[in-house]
Amino acid sequence: MASKTNTPLISQSASKTLPKTKTGITGLDEITFGGLPSGRPTLICGSAGCGKTLFALEFIVRGAREFNEPGVFFAFEEKPAELAANVASLGFDLAKLQKDKKIKIDYIHVDKSEIEETGEYDLEGLFIRLAYAIDSIGAKRVVLDTLENLFLGLSNEGILRAELRRLFNWLKDKGVTAVITGERGEHTLTRQGLEEYVSDCVILLDHRVINQVSTRRLRIVKYRGTLHGTNEYPFLIDEDGISVLPVTSLRLDKAVSTERVSSGIPTLDEMLANLGFFKGSSVLVSGTAGTGKTSLAASFVNAACARKEKCLYFAFEESPRQIIRNMKSIGIDLQSHLDKGLLKFIASRPTLYGLEMHLVAIHKAIRTFKPKVVVMDPITNLITVGTVGDVKAMLVRLIDFLQDEQITVMFTALSLNNIVNDQTDEGVSSLVDAWILIKDIEMNGERNRGLYVIKSRGMAHSNQVREFEITDKGLNLIDVYLGPDGVLTGSAREAQMLLEETGNVLLTHAAGRKDRELARKRKMLESKIESLRTEFESTEEELNKIYTEEEIKKQVADETRQKMTDMRRKSHTGNPLQKRNVAKKSKK
Amino acid sequence: MEKIYELRLYVAGKTQKSVTALANLKKYCEEHLQGQYTLEVIDLLEHPQLAEGDQILAIPTLVKKVPEPVRKIIGDLSNKEKVLVGLDIRPR
Repeated sequence: MASKTNTPLISQSASKTLPKTKTGITGLDEITFGGLPSGRPTLICGSAGCGKTLFALEFIVRGAREFNEPGVFFAFEEKPAELAANVASLGFDLAKLQKDKKIKIDYIHVDKSEIEETGEYDLEGLFIRLAYAIDSIGAKRVVLDTLENLFLGLSNEGILRAELRRLFNWLKDKGVTAVITGERGEHTLTRQGLEEYVSDCVILLDHRVINQVSTRRLRIVKYRGTLHGTNEYPFLIDEDGISVLPVTSLRLDKAVSTERVSSGIPTLDEMLANLGFFKGSSVLVSGTAGTGKTSLAASFVNAACARKEKCLYFAFEESPRQIIRNMKSIGIDLQSHLDKGLLKFIASRPTLYGLEMHLVAIHKAIRTFKPKVVVMDPITNLITVGTVGDVKAMLVRLIDFLQDEQITVMFTALSLNNIVNDQTDEGVSSLVDAWILIKDIEMNGERNRGLYVIKSRGMAHSNQVREFEITDKGLNLIDVYLGPDGVLTGSAREAQMLLEETGNVLLTHAAGRKDRELARKRKMLESKIESLRTEFESTEEELNKIYTEEEIKKQVADETRQKMTDMRRKSHTGNPLQKRNVAKKSKK
Repeated sequence: MEKIYELRLYVAGKTQKSVTALANLKKYCEEHLQGQYTLEVIDLLEHPQLAEGDQILAIPTLVKKVPEPVRKIIGDLSNKEKVLVGLDIRPR
């Protein structure tokens, strides 16, 4: 039982000052830090049908069974047989407990029509009966349910009030831990103002209907001389009796794990530093309708079951059969896990009961099944039974609890429109450790899914958008295609890839042609250069030839002239003028 | 027709109220039911287990077992009229 394992530290110091008696009622001993005040009366008040009698009876039965403290139940309203029938469904065998002298049920009948009052009297008869019953089994616990019925049978209020005061003192003297129930009055806690007499501990039970959904709540109005939780705590009455839900733990000292668990999709794990989520962390998967949130959750569950870990699937929208059928179509066989007892579905419409009830029910289911992985699909539906604030408060508590138990949880949440508002998702996005968003990417007349890891605390994670593909073989993520026009998905991606491929072929082809052309041109130019060079060479040769010829000609002419001059000089000697001319010429 | 009255008076010790009640009762019975009644005085301090049978809360309580219907008259029986009505000796 939770009350034994999770007793806060405070109770130990508090119990030194005020002895307490454990009720054994799940959760109550935690918020009272140890139970009801020992040896003192406690008043349980509330309107009709809020569970007062059950509370009182559970106190007695659990006391007898779990703490070996015999108890007496004084019923002013119901006969023992009726009581026994009422609680038989809770597994409380009153007849056997009575036979074993563990408990005693004493029916006190007050019928006004039978009674005539004349003159002075007192309630000594009642005291004698109480004392007799208590002493006969050595009772430590006493319940008076509902003491106020005395006021219906007896009309002398002055005597009654005096006797009640005496009764409470007498109970204290007896040293029994008493629970007195009282019907809630118009402006007072109880119709007859019993709270006047019981000054130690007063617990108020409430049964409220909000949005056509009923929620039971419990509040400790007063608990003298000790710490106690002051909030209104929701409680649940089911086949195991009363379960009170402890509040949010205010301390943030949870154990953490560095162990990782796979998301069930290798490509998604890849985005999460190749390892997946942290064990005991909370994951939110949000997205618009039809983006595959449930498929992602089913895949997560499938992977966990394959690791032989127990999974609990809370379905708020679809029935288990529906989920199993639908997931089969994408290659996830949940039925086999169900058969092996690794997977359990708990399907309920959110409107079945209030949020707090859901939370209590979830707590209980988790405590009994002890799963390693929990899926809640989808949390958005819970909004139908509470406000966003309520849902958030509930989820905070749930996450707290799951973290304590080191259970990995995946929530799915429906975003209502395509405009992603980071503050939606019931405001849990700040609480969760990892947030995966699946978004529709609409383009070219088709809709594709883009998956983002918006956050993932404590690990490297991809910042990329991946295309989320649901195939008959399971889920897969593909790198989205980043084309010149932006991100492409689906057939646009395929088309673009095809286009690029052809482009590439064309491109290489074109490049080849250009290369060849270039080579040809080079060849052409080279040959041109060659011919020009030969041309130049021939011209040069020609020119050289002419030049040499001229030179030779000149030389020959010079020689000839010399010869002629020489010949002339020989024939015309004695001509001084001619001699001078010849001298000049030779000088040159 | 003669009626036999079966009366029980529950008391707890010899308190003032018990003594008064017993005295009053005896007086009324002698006046109105002479020879037609049986009276049993039960001290719950001595026999606490008997309180349950007749659903006794208040002390003193006078229980008329026979004739039917069963009636309880609580208090010190100081109001004679009420007692006689309660015992169906006088019509209501």
